[in-house]
Amino acid sequence: MRLTVDGKTHDVDVEEDMPLLWVLRDEIGIKGVKYGCGIAACGACTVHINGEAVRSCQTSISDVDGPVTTIQGLGTPDILHVVQEAWIEKQVAQCGYCQSGQIMQAVAFLMETPDPTDAEIDEAMSGNLCRCGTYPRIREAVKLAVLKMPEA
Amino acid sequence: MSKIGTIARRTFLIGSAAVVGGVAFGYYAYKTPADNPLLDDLKEGQAALTPYVRIDASGITLITPRADKGQGAYSVQAALIAEELDVELDQIKADPGPPSKAYYNTALAEESVPFAPTDQGFAAETSRGVVDAIMKFLGMQVTGGSTTVPDGFEKLRYAGAVARETLKAAASEQTGINAASLKTAKGMVILPDGQALSYESLAPLAAKIAPVNDVTLRDPSQWRLIGKPMQRIDVVPKSTGMQRYGIDFEIDGMVHAAIKLNPQAGGAVHGFDATEAMKMRGVHKVMAVTGGIGVLADNTWRAFQAAEAVTCEWGAAPFPAEQAEHWSALENSFTDAHFDNRQRDDGDTDAALIGADVVSAEYRVPYLAHAPLEPVNATVRVTDDRVDVWTGTQIPRFVQATVADMTGVDVKNVHVHVLMMGGSFGHRLEDDNVRLAVEMAMQVKGTPVKLTYSREEDMTHDYRRQIAMARGQGVVKEGQVETFDLGIAMPSIISSQMGRQGISVPGPDATIVQGAWEQPFAIPNYRVTGYRTPELAPISSWRSVGASSNGFFHESFLDELIHAAGADPLAERIRLCSDDVSRKVLETVGEMSNWSSDLGPNRGRGVAFTTSFGAPVAEVIEVTNTEDGIRIDKVYVAAEVGTVVDPVNFDNLVKGGVVFALGHAMNCEITFSDGAVEQTNYDSYEGMRMSQCPEIIVRALENGTKVRGIGEPPVPPAAPALANAIFAATGQRIREMPFDKHIDFT
Ligand code: FES
Ligand code: FES
Repeated sequence: MRLTVDGKTHDVDVEEDMPLLWVLRDEIGIKGVKYGCGIAACGACTVHINGEAVRSCQTSISDVDGPVTTIQGLGTPDILHVVQEAWIEKQVAQCGYCQSGQIMQAVAFLMETPDPTDAEIDEAMSGNLCRCGTYPRIREAVKLAVLKMPEA
Repeated sequence: MSKIGTIARRTFLIGSAAVVGGVAFGYYAYKTPADNPLLDDLKEGQAALTPYVRIDASGITLITPRADKGQGAYSVQAALIAEELDVELDQIKADPGPPSKAYYNTALAEESVPFAPTDQGFAAETSRGVVDAIMKFLGMQVTGGSTTVPDGFEKLRYAGAVARETLKAAASEQTGINAASLKTAKGMVILPDGQALSYESLAPLAAKIAPVNDVTLRDPSQWRLIGKPMQRIDVVPKSTGMQRYGIDFEIDGMVHAAIKLNPQAGGAVHGFDATEAMKMRGVHKVMAVTGGIGVLADNTWRAFQAAEAVTCEWGAAPFPAEQAEHWSALENSFTDAHFDNRQRDDGDTDAALIGADVVSAEYRVPYLAHAPLEPVNATVRVTDDRVDVWTGTQIPRFVQATVADMTGVDVKNVHVHVLMMGGSFGHRLEDDNVRLAVEMAMQVKGTPVKLTYSREEDMTHDYRRQIAMARGQGVVKEGQVETFDLGIAMPSIISSQMGRQGISVPGPDATIVQGAWEQPFAIPNYRVTGYRTPELAPISSWRSVGASSNGFFHESFLDELIHAAGADPLAERIRLCSDDVSRKVLETVGEMSNWSSDLGPNRGRGVAFTTSFGAPVAEVIEVTNTEDGIRIDKVYVAAEVGTVVDPVNFDNLVKGGVVFALGHAMNCEITFSDGAVEQTNYDSYEGMRMSQCPEIIVRALENGTKVRGIGEPPVPPAAPALANAIFAATGQRIREMPFDKHIDFT
């Protein structure tokens, strides 16, 4: 099977029903994508397919129908995405384990809704669990990212 | 060769030792004539260095022995060293270092002696000293009990100061300029003419001279870092997917492992059939392990799938199979036969209750899972003469000893590499994950085995927060609370948890009443009694330990009595408060929340106060009773910690603690049916979601004389403040967690 991840092409030989999460982590080695629940209940594994946020733990590899972007393809410590910049400025992370998924969710959301209301932010982000309770800072970071986003 | 400077007038000594290409500074422990088990390997008169600072050609490394499970421990410990060392946080690397006996934790013991943290009298201090000795004996390099900051606050700054002064002495020797004319900044010694010598270049010489041990710590007014907002050293990797956790560890030749353990935890394994699993792609091996089976495969998912495909015959759990039986065990514990301790007994409670109009109430809290977002895991490689363990753990010393025991490899050759943790909340104070990985790795010697728990195994085989019950009786008189009598029943956390490490702790268990007996209130008749329920399902420390249940019991019942007296919940607490520092906390939260203002219809506010781990915290919560249920609008928190090291991290930890506590209070419980846990993933154990998250306003107070950690103290007052607010808004008293059994939330 051929897969484009973060701009690179990979040929993987795996079962059709292997979730994208495990292909990314164990076959391709992209550890920035996290496993939290495996049942689409926490959002830690969120990546983009065709720019849309999906839970990679519940996406079979055979259902991947476009290029995949992970947190590691979104930006790097040297060239940060504006949402990552906002996350750093607001110092959102505690353990940080949920934050790859939170950031990927926020990026996809802000692409669709560049000028969200508070209620829209809450709703869009509520599928992403943070056991450390960083929600107040996630809210602030999303709002800061809105200000930083280049005008579309 | 190591050298030791003059002994300063403090109980610990910072010294130096030469390392390859540089120097290390750290805490010295001596072998004294009185046998000190801390230093078994040393001859009399020799000393062992526990390094905190290492400077060599590769740069400056600050060694931060307290593990980081998300609370920013690496950053905070590094900041304490850097403050005196005169380095910037972006110039250094932080490394948790190897497990070492000298990394014992003295602050943790404070919570296990029967003196209130507000009591700093002679007897209290002396007794704490005695417990310190036990901690040294155990050599506990334990991260827990919000002790990272209290334990390191002096030691780490001294280490930085000694290193700085020794580097200046080295520069003085090299240049002939008097050390008093030298300055330090940004990892360099600055000569009077402005020329700068890097610490790295001075390190080899610094290793050869006697360390300058006679240093004075800087006055707080001179602090550059402490108390100022800092950028956490891990915030960039944690915002770019570059932070690696235990679950991400990889090493050449590694195989992936999964387990399937008896869902009736601790029950027997009568047999298993792995025929189907062995046919699955990528599966190398299926084997029996303690409590179940283990699978080795070439990928995590394949290992999970194969573990599921193994059919097993399980025996019954060694504790009651049904939840109702757990509750009845608690109900039956309020008797003399189960009496554990009564550390608070002011006035004459029995006499006050006789013939009085007694207010009584009963409260319950369920088992809870820790459920950190990163499931527990461990990678282990066993050879005949060396074992390596890579894992996120709060107890590296125990892990090292256990692994040595299991493998027969000398403890010196058991290397525990502590990795970053994706949360813990107490889960990583246990080490079953390592034990099981070792069992599997011993069967494939030389091959590294990485065991990852599925979320379901992680929650099923967690050691839970204690289940607990309380019964209160009280009397009010002339608008005031006059008699407060609270009995608390739970199984002993300490005996369950320490028992798994092979340590038996005799005597009463102070955690049964922690967060209730030591509260700073002067109620005329005031009694708190702990009853020990015989062990049920095994339990463990969960963020704020005994106080996680007892704060709810104490503050709910106090609120009921204040209501019965017709008094104001905040004003009456302030009137009863017997400690100036705590009273200030209550007054502050009142002022922050504009307590006496009118909230309007269908709204209510509640207050609660708990001192735990030495830190008094008061919270006021505002709720609205909407058509869809209770909405939590705002939470005000006033927290007293003596000194705030990093205000940003402080704010984040307090808010996180509030969210954690409220989420569990609203909708989380672990229950048993057929001996097995019924909630095994986040769909049935939700916690708080962002749409439910209130605005949280935090203020730190620094009036206390001791430095306190803040990881746990915000947790205990949150649930009772919410219950009290719901009562104010609706007239409904909720005496049982989770609250959503009794009321809806938006
Ligand atoms: S791991 Fe995919 S949603 Fe939790
Ligand atoms: S930061 Fe730990 S789970 Fe979100």
